[in-house]
Amino acid sequence: MDVQIHGAPVYYTIPVLGGIPITSTLVVTWAIMLLLTGLSIFLTRGLKICNVSKRQAIAEYLVTTAENFVSSNMGARWLHYAPFVAALFALSLFSSLSSLLGFFSPTADLNTELAWAILVFVIITATKIRTNGALGYAKGFTQPIAVLTPFNLISELATPISMAFRHFGNIVSGYVISTLIYAALAAANRLAFGWLPGVVGNILSTIPILSVGLPAFLSLYFDWFSSFMQAFIFCMLTMMYIASAAETE
Amino acid sequence: MEKALILMGCAIGAGLSMIAGIGPGIGEGYAVGKTCEAIGRQPEAKGSLTSTMLLGCAIAETTGIYGFVTGLLLIFVAPGLFLGML
Repeated sequence: MDVQIHGAPVYYTIPVLGGIPITSTLVVTWAIMLLLTGLSIFLTRGLKICNVSKRQAIAEYLVTTAENFVSSNMGARWLHYAPFVAALFALSLFSSLSSLLGFFSPTADLNTELAWAILVFVIITATKIRTNGALGYAKGFTQPIAVLTPFNLISELATPISMAFRHFGNIVSGYVISTLIYAALAAANRLAFGWLPGVVGNILSTIPILSVGLPAFLSLYFDWFSSFMQAFIFCMLTMMYIASAAETE
Repeated sequence: MEKALILMGCAIGAGLSMIAGIGPGIGEGYAVGKTCEAIGRQPEAKGSLTSTMLLGCAIAETTGIYGFVTGLLLIFVAPGLFLGML
């Protein structure tokens, strides 16, 4: 019996700069981005003021939901962040859910989340500098007393790292646990039917009968709930951090 | 012998790192219990209470996730790293 838990498979290596690997993370992420772009273009084609089509109603519902989500959590003056937050949410959700189609989910690769978290960190820092000025931003590290500066630096750097690791850890733990459960069910199957004599036992022990029901319920939690939850939490934290960065000290 | 020792250390360390799961378990259970109390007292605030609780749970979960990531590193990365040093 072999149980394989692996990172993102590498499809091809571009032979420049010591080899740039094209992993399945890159491929699936680009496919999802194309899908989302195509979906947006499809939904927003031929917009009308009256006599709206079903397609436009869906688009309006999505946009209204995103704007409500942002304005109820950040306040109405941050409404221009709604497209960014909605894009982050959709990308995170679809990336996590792509494991349902048998792909290696891009969010089970730390690089994806780390890239998003660094992007959010840049926005937070830019907002802080714009609010307090560069000098005020630097001075903020020595609050409340100068001795605490190293700890303030660490807590500043912990923000993107903990955001990335939270999302990554939740998705990967689901992946690891469901892989282990499939392996355990296959082993239990072999144990339950393997003792039957002759051809019947051989055939029955190779068909994974026990793997039919249980993984579906686990997938309900690990794939559907966890994906949705982590996308929601990532966007929620993004909004909270950005909104609190704009508060003057 | 050295290989066996390294692998043993990594496996024991990975097991020990999951002790970090105790803290978030207790903390999140406490948070959810308090939220249930609050919803019982004020059912009309259920929506905002639930989303605040989920956010708090996600943040409380961080230490557990760190433990899990440490365990993953000890199982999948550390043996190769230390055996390569030999």
